[in-house]
Amino acid sequence: MDSVLISPAKASFIGIPTVIFSVVIPIVGIAVFTYIIAKRLAPLVRAAPDNRFDRINERIVNVIKLWLGQYKQPRYMMAGTLHILIFAGFIILSVRSLSLVFLGISEDFMLPGLGGIAGQIYGVFKDFAGTFVLVACVIAAVRRGIFKPERYAVPKKYGHDHTGEAVFVLGLISTLMVCDMLFEGTQAAAQIQEGMHTELIIPGTGVWFTVNMFLAKATPLEKLQNIHILAYFMHELTFFFFLCFLPLGKHFHVITSIFNVFFMKLDKGTVKPVKWGVEDDKLDELESFGVKKFEDFTWKHMLDFYTCADCGRCSDNCPANACGRPLSPRFISIKARDYLFKHYPLQGPMTNGSPLIGDIFTEDEIWSCTTCGACEEECPVMNEYIDKIVDLRRGMVDEGTVPQSLQKPLSALEKRGNPYGKMEKKRADWAKDKEFSEICNVKIIGGKETADTLYFVDSITSFDDRIQEIGKATARVLTSAGIDFGILGPAEKDSGHEIRRFGEEMLFQDIKEQNTEAILSSGVKNIVTADPHTFNALTKDYKDLPPVEHMCQTMAKLIGSGKIKLRAVEDKNKIYTYHDPCYLGRHNGIYDIPRNVIDSISGIRRVEMGLRCRDRSFCCGGGGLMLFYEPIEEKRMGQIRVEMAKKAGANVVVTACPFCLVNIEDAIKTSGLEGKMEVIDLVELIDRHMI
Amino acid sequence: MDILVCVKRVPDTAENEIEVNSSGSDIERDDLVYSVNEWDNYAVEEAIQIRDNSGGAVTVVTVGDEESEEVLRREMAMGADNGILCSDEAFEGSDGKGIATILKSVVEKGNYDLILTGAQADDGAGEVGGMLAAMLDMPYASLVNSIEIVNDKMIKVGREIEGGNQEMNEIDLPCVLSIQTGINEPRYVGIRGIRKVASVEIPVLGVSDLGLSAEAVGKSGAKVTRQDYFVPDLGEGAEILEGSTEEIIEKLIEMLKSKGGIK
Repeated sequence: MDSVLISPAKASFIGIPTVIFSVVIPIVGIAVFTYIIAKRLAPLVRAAPDNRFDRINERIVNVIKLWLGQYKQPRYMMAGTLHILIFAGFIILSVRSLSLVFLGISEDFMLPGLGGIAGQIYGVFKDFAGTFVLVACVIAAVRRGIFKPERYAVPKKYGHDHTGEAVFVLGLISTLMVCDMLFEGTQAAAQIQEGMHTELIIPGTGVWFTVNMFLAKATPLEKLQNIHILAYFMHELTFFFFLCFLPLGKHFHVITSIFNVFFMKLDKGTVKPVKWGVEDDKLDELESFGVKKFEDFTWKHMLDFYTCADCGRCSDNCPANACGRPLSPRFISIKARDYLFKHYPLQGPMTNGSPLIGDIFTEDEIWSCTTCGACEEECPVMNEYIDKIVDLRRGMVDEGTVPQSLQKPLSALEKRGNPYGKMEKKRADWAKDKEFSEICNVKIIGGKETADTLYFVDSITSFDDRIQEIGKATARVLTSAGIDFGILGPAEKDSGHEIRRFGEEMLFQDIKEQNTEAILSSGVKNIVTADPHTFNALTKDYKDLPPVEHMCQTMAKLIGSGKIKLRAVEDKNKIYTYHDPCYLGRHNGIYDIPRNVIDSISGIRRVEMGLRCRDRSFCCGGGGLMLFYEPIEEKRMGQIRVEMAKKAGANVVVTACPFCLVNIEDAIKTSGLEGKMEVIDLVELIDRHMI
Repeated sequence: MDILVCVKRVPDTAENEIEVNSSGSDIERDDLVYSVNEWDNYAVEEAIQIRDNSGGAVTVVTVGDEESEEVLRREMAMGADNGILCSDEAFEGSDGKGIATILKSVVEKGNYDLILTGAQADDGAGEVGGMLAAMLDMPYASLVNSIEIVNDKMIKVGREIEGGNQEMNEIDLPCVLSIQTGINEPRYVGIRGIRKVASVEIPVLGVSDLGLSAEAVGKSGAKVTRQDYFVPDLGEGAEILEGSTEEIIEKLIEMLKSKGGIK
C-alpha cells in the first residue's frame, strides 16, 4: 500500500534518522525491565518452598476461568466491568503494541498471520479495543479521583493515599490509546486528503474521531506528518516506561496475576503444612516454626504480595475490619509488599532477617483473624491470607508470644482435650441427662459397644449448656431415622480445628493422633458431626478416616428418602433466614443443602440477607479458640450480622454451627433484640418439626 | 545476674474439680491434672527477662516427687537455663519451714544474686518466701509487681499495697522477692518447647546432697500438721435477685443506694 506519510522507520528528526530511536527505545526498555524483574525475583529465591506444580490441568482451567475469564470481577459490578474492558483491551492490544515496536524499524512489518483478511478483522477489533479502553480509563479515573469510593481509602496508620498512583497509571494507559489513535488517524486523514486508499475506519471509534477532526480542520499534510511521528514515539516511550513502571507498585499484577492464578491454592479449607516437604512425624527436627522473618514466607506467598492490586475487596468483606479490629487483609499484603520493595531494593544491598511482628505486623492484628475466608473468596487475583495468618501465628506460638486469654484454653486442651478444662470423664454427661436418656439412648462406643456411625460431638457441644441441646437434637434425629450410632465419650478429644489454625501445630498433631486412633479402633463405617469446624478438620486435616458428613447432608438424605417426615411449620408468622457458617459454606461449598433442608418444612418463609449470604456470608465472630480471645474491637461481629438479619426482615436466624449459635445468640442479647429475634440450629429446627 | 526461682507443682484449679476425699485428709487426687503454680510462672518469666537484659543465668528449683520434674522442664522450655529437683523420701510431709530449710541449702550450694518465689501457691500458705529470706538472713520484699535493676549491688522493687496503691523500694542484693501475678505476661510454652528440653539432664538432690539432717525436714521436722480438710458450710448473706433484666437492675440500684454503695 502506498503511503502519503513517511513512517517512523524512514523519517528523520533534525537530520537524525528516527529509526535509531525505534531501535534504542525498545532495547533500553527491555534491558531495564529485565533488570527490575531479576531484582524482584531475588527474594522469591530465598523464600520457603511451596508445592505448586501439581494438578496442571486444574491449574490451566483456573487460569482460563479466573484470569482470562475475569470470573471474580463482576462481584463488584462497576469496577469489575471497567476492569474487564481494560483487561480485554490489553489482551487485544498486546498484539498491536508488539507490531508497533517493529513498525518503527521496518515500515512494512506484519506479524505472521496478520496479513490479509485476519489483519483487517484484527484492525477493527483493536480500534474498538483502543476506544473502549480509553472510555473505561476516563470513567475509572473520574470514579477514582473524584467520587473516591470508600474502599480505596487508606487509614492514616497505613500510610499515604494511593489515588495518585492509580490515576497516574490510568493516564499512562489513556496516553497509549490516544497516541495510537493519532498515529493511525494522521495516516488515514492524509490518505483521504490525497484521495488514496485507506484502512477500514469504523464510525464511533477513536481513530474515526481523530480522522474526522483532522479532515474538518483541513490539517496540512506537514502537520499531519509531524503528529504522526510524534505520536509514534510518544507511544513507544510511554509503552516502555509503563512496562518498567509496572513492577514498582500495585500494577505489578498486570504481569504477575497470570502466574498467581496458575499457582493458586487448590484445596479450600486446608492449612498448609508447617514446611512443604517435611512430613508430620519429622516436624520435631525443624529448627523454627512458622513465619518469623520475611524469608520464612513461601515464594508463592511473596508472589501474592506482588500481585495484590490494592483493590480493597478483601477488606471490604473482612468481618474483622468491619467491626474495628486492627486487621485489614489488604494492608497485610500492601505492608508486606512495601517491606519487599524496601528490603530488596532495585539498587543497593538486600537487608533481611528482622522479625516481622513488631515491625510491619502487630500481634493483635494477626490474632484478629477468624479464618472465615471472606477475603480469599473475594480476591480477583486469588491471593491467600489464611495460610499466611496461620504461619505467622505458628511463629508467635514458637516464640511464646501467645495472649494470656488463649494460654489458658490451650493449656486445658493439652491436659484435658477440651478448652474448658473439664474432666474427660464428663464429656458424655450431656447424653446422660435423665429426661433425655429415657427417650434417646446414646451409646458410648470404643469399649464393648459398637455402631455403624460415629457422631463426633466435639468440645463445645459436649460441655456448653446451651449447645448440648444441639447434641441432643442430633441424637434424636439420628435415632428416629433408625441410624445405628454412638459417640466416643471420654475417648474423644477436641477436633483441634482451631488449635491448628491458631498456630499450635504440635498440640494439634498430638490430639489428631489420639482422635484418629480412637475413631479407627472403634470400627465405625462413617462419621457425622453437626459442627462445620469438626467437619472441616476431619475431612481436611485428618487422614484415612471413614467418610464424614455434616448433619445437614445427613438430614437432606433422610428427608429425601422419607426416613424423616416433617410437619408443617410451627409458627407461620416467623420469617427465617439462613446464616452460612464459614466452614460449611466458603470452605466447603455447601450452600444449597442446608437451604433445601429448611425449605422441606412446608409453609416455612425464608429470606436471604441481601448480598451477604452464601459465599459472601458475614462471619459471626469465629469459633473454637476465638471464643476465648479478647480482641480489640468497636463492635462485635455477631451484632453486625444480627443487624443484617433484621434488615432482611427475618426474626429467626437458622445456622448450622454451634459457634455461630453462641455468637449470634450473644449478639441478640447485646443488641437488645431479645424477644424480637431468635437463633436456632438447623438440627434443632428439624428435630422440632419431626413427626 | 544469677537468679534462682523456686517453683511448685500444684493441681491446676482451672482444669480440675477439687473435691475433698471421703476421709477428709486431703483432696481427691485421682483424675487431677497438675501445672506450675501460677505465681511461680510469673516469677520465672521475670527472671528470664532480667537475664535477657542484664545477662547471667536462671535456675529453677522445686521440692517434690519425681513427677515434679515436669514443671521444671516446662520452665526450662520457657527459657530457664538450669533445673534442680529436690526429691527424697525424707522430704515427704514437710511443712513450710521444712520446705524453706531445703531451699536454703540449695541457695547456699550456689551463688545467686537474686532469689524469687511466687507470692503464694494455689495449695499453699504464702509462707516459704519470707521464711527462706529469714533463714538466709537476706533482705526480703513480698508481693513484688515490678523490678528494676539498678546495679549489681542494688535493685528497685515495686510492691502492691492495700487499696491498689503502689510502693517503690530500694533493696540490696542478694535478696529474696516474692512475685505477684501481673508483673509481666508469661510467655506460652507449647509441646514443641517441652520436647526440645526433654533430654536435658536435671540433677536430683536428696538429704545428703544438700547436707541436711533427715530430722530437720519432712514429717519429723514439721511443727505444723494438718488436722482436717473440709468444705465450709454455705453461710447466709447471698441473695439472688429475680425478674427480668430491667427489674434486676432496678432492684440492684435500689439496694446499692440504700446501703450507701452509690449516691
